[in-house]
Amino acid sequence: MSDHDRTRPRVAVVVFPGSNDDRDAVRGLEMLGAAARAVWHTEEELPAGTAAVVLPGGFSFGDYLRCGAIARFSPVMRAVTAFAEEGGLVLGICNGFQILTEAGLLPGVLRPNASLSFVCRDVELLVERTDTPFTSRCAPNQRLTIPVKHGEGCWFVDDELLAELDGTGQLVLRYSAGANPNGAVGDVAGVMNDRGNVFGLMPHPEHAVDPLLGSADGALILGSLVDAARLSAAALV
Amino acid sequence: MLVRPKPGILDPQGQAVSGSLRHLGFDVSDARVGRLIDVELATDDAREARAELERMCEQLLANPLIESYEIALPTGEAHA
Repeated sequence: MSDHDRTRPRVAVVVFPGSNDDRDAVRGLEMLGAAARAVWHTEEELPAGTAAVVLPGGFSFGDYLRCGAIARFSPVMRAVTAFAEEGGLVLGICNGFQILTEAGLLPGVLRPNASLSFVCRDVELLVERTDTPFTSRCAPNQRLTIPVKHGEGCWFVDDELLAELDGTGQLVLRYSAGANPNGAVGDVAGVMNDRGNVFGLMPHPEHAVDPLLGSADGALILGSLVDAARLSAAALV
Repeated sequence: MLVRPKPGILDPQGQAVSGSLRHLGFDVSDARVGRLIDVELATDDAREARAELERMCEQLLANPLIESYEIALPTGEAHA
């Protein structure tokens, strides 16, 4: 391993049959200083030295049954779950978010959009917290422009759990007022687990890492993850 | 196995279906859309089959947060 590699935290991007944002995720993470590597879903272990895991967007297993319901039983998910239970950083984007909820690593469930329409457009987001491994590069109350593209992004929990998650500060990212594209309760766009090491969001930061794409705000999310992964990799040495 | 959205859970598909039925002139106040899963099992034992089907629903076919399920065995083919 070269000195150059030593400074780049290793991020595993899991690829399921039907994932289609894995290459954008790898590219974005590499741009932002990570050594990103695609990992096929049949792998039973994560690559040695993995400092963070990204579950990318797409339509794993054709979205059959429920989005993410089948992918969660992939061999690699046992390793991802064990990694998360040890405090490892896990980010789920769109279908990755759906998989994390189905796997029980994040609260709630993603339902079909209230409009029943697939939405594909830039949305404005409000960053509720910046003291997380996923938003540390953002400014308090910063508004981000990041695209969504999904048919089933209507995050749902009951009112009681919504209030509880609000109280514990786990509702890290919300759609700006009037910008909720899918009917998610509480305008929630991204939610974190109680331990603060697993985060899922419907918008696609990996599609917004360069101004050429209309916005580079997604780089703040992925860059935050790379920063946190670098710290956690250093702690492992 | 019949899997369907629990009461109170937003069911956009059901809303679209009920709207369309009303549009056709049917007097429908609400519709819910679920999912029917037929499986063939090797066992003839109804109790064993039911237990197996329950495990399938719990582990994969239904999401207990939002869905309920019912199990029906074919009459005359299985023996209790």
